[in-house]
Amino acid sequence: MTTTLTTPVGTAPKESRRQRRSKAARAGGTLHAGPIAYAVLIIFSIGSLFPLVWTAIAASRDNNRLAQTPPPFWFGGNLFHNMNVAWNEANLGKAFVNTTIVAGTSALTVVFLSTIAGFAFAKLRFRGRNILMLMVIGTMMVPPQLSVIPLYMMVAKLNWADQLQAVVFPSLVSAFGVFFMRQYLLQALPDELIEAARVDGASSWRVVWHIVFPAARPAMAVLGMLMFVQSWNDFLWPFLVLTQNGNPTVQVALAGLGRGYTPDQSLIMGGALLGTLPLLLVFAIFGKQIVGGIMQGAVKG
Amino acid sequence: MATRHDIAAPPAKEGGAAPARPPAKPTEAERRRRARLSRRWQRDLKWSPYGFISPFFLLFVAFGLFPLIYTAWASLHTVELTAPNDMQWAGLHNYTRIFDDEFFWNAARNTLTIGIISTVPQLAMAMGLAHILNYRLRASTFYRVIMLAPYATSIAAASLVFVLLFGRDYGMINWALHYVGVGKIDWQNDKWPSQIAVSTIIIWRWTGYNALIYLAAMQAIPTDLYESAALDGANRWRQFIHVTLPQLRPTILFTCVVSTIGASQVFGEPLIFDANKGASGGAEHQFQTLGLYLYEQGWVNMHLGRASAIAWTMFLILIVIGVVNYVISRRLRASS
Repeated sequence: MTTTLTTPVGTAPKESRRQRRSKAARAGGTLHAGPIAYAVLIIFSIGSLFPLVWTAIAASRDNNRLAQTPPPFWFGGNLFHNMNVAWNEANLGKAFVNTTIVAGTSALTVVFLSTIAGFAFAKLRFRGRNILMLMVIGTMMVPPQLSVIPLYMMVAKLNWADQLQAVVFPSLVSAFGVFFMRQYLLQALPDELIEAARVDGASSWRVVWHIVFPAARPAMAVLGMLMFVQSWNDFLWPFLVLTQNGNPTVQVALAGLGRGYTPDQSLIMGGALLGTLPLLLVFAIFGKQIVGGIMQGAVKG
Repeated sequence: MATRHDIAAPPAKEGGAAPARPPAKPTEAERRRRARLSRRWQRDLKWSPYGFISPFFLLFVAFGLFPLIYTAWASLHTVELTAPNDMQWAGLHNYTRIFDDEFFWNAARNTLTIGIISTVPQLAMAMGLAHILNYRLRASTFYRVIMLAPYATSIAAASLVFVLLFGRDYGMINWALHYVGVGKIDWQNDKWPSQIAVSTIIIWRWTGYNALIYLAAMQAIPTDLYESAALDGANRWRQFIHVTLPQLRPTILFTCVVSTIGASQVFGEPLIFDANKGASGGAEHQFQTLGLYLYEQGWVNMHLGRASAIAWTMFLILIVIGVVNYVISRRLRASS
């Protein structure tokens, strides 16, 4: 796909550039972007980033400044004050610890269970394999609201209201995770490798440990990050079983912050910024891998 | 899982005796050992798949499948939030009760309109964006990561910012609009503006994600399809219409299904968009979605049974939409 286009555009002589462009036009997916394309991209990038940047701007002002026109376009000096107050008022410290525990446990467990189950579905033969896989795919499409009420009854029965385990346990199951790992392992794990290990007398568990896990590592990393993001941002269920002053996750704390009756907007923005920063940081570092993971999952799904 | 490991490992006691025997004449003990290993091997082959899927399925049944079915059962009962484990048979009363409730139909209409306002522009923009991202770009990864930044932002944080941006008196958007001669729009209290505002939050969060999914599918289209289209004299636009879109049909269908499901459960955005009105979705329920209505019935009015009936009705509506979707896509496939 890219072989005709290996010379850097800047150094190529004019004539051959035109030649290459016509070739590229034929190749469809490898068209060079013109200024209009860049302009559109930049507009969309600004649209993507603006609300985030403006969160920081509003968080660095005070409530009076936010009740004036025109709205502020540059940073003021109140950022740390606002974040500090929001931190204390919204119980954010506890919320961060809680959310890290929930998202971490959820990501690790889902990745582990999905990998071994995905391997079984992708590479092992057993009775009922297809019907069970169909069941998994079928429930991927079911909205979570449908199971919220019985889960709430369960939590009430177990006296788990406002306890972290009420949020952790339901988040350990991901039909998507199993599907994702199955699709990956179908392609990434050659049957010969498993057969060779079998011939050497490896048990199923050794096959998983020494062959499946190493082969699945990239997909496991991606799934882990996706699950972490999802569980960090999960709103409905934590909102139903946790309280802001008891044992909140970050999202529950933020929702509570917005509900104050005479809200200090700059404080709310301070909290919103604090709640968003950790994930933005993760994206800044692993953005490339996450993008790759989503795109990979898309093609196979 | 540790027990599987033990079963499969060769037993140490037998292993010591084996090498002393000449291989040509297997003794009785050796034969028994082999038979036992072979049985063990068979057992491992036969049962380990179940071992691998059972931890997932145990959790799946407890927290995925059981609640799903139990919601239907609960919807046939009167259950109050104050005593969630005290259920009284009510037959179809919960269903007739919500079907008689004008707020249910209001919420259903709002869910539909918000779903359309948020999904259609979102997927259309995502398609255009993916097309551009599919060009040869400098710093292409950079743009992709930026497009995904809203996806990393939580519903709560995003909604809180947009509440400010959509403020009637001091919001950025009204301020910008007054330069093009538009008067102050009451984004929270007027029906259509509020629905557009709520949809904007959804569009903002999900456009980049869908663009990446389309982009991935575009990159999987074989280039010779474009080459032959170009040989037939198709320009870029016709290539997009006649090659890209048909090739993307399964992906488009996938994103439509996912977006429809997402739209049917919109909850956090309208809840936070007018936080002081809480679950009513605005002063006049003007942007109350089915998700919010369910929450209002279950957790504000404390009728869990009725909330279950709403949940199950939503599910049935989704199934109908899914079937219609499937039929349409089959028709399309058959006709082309």
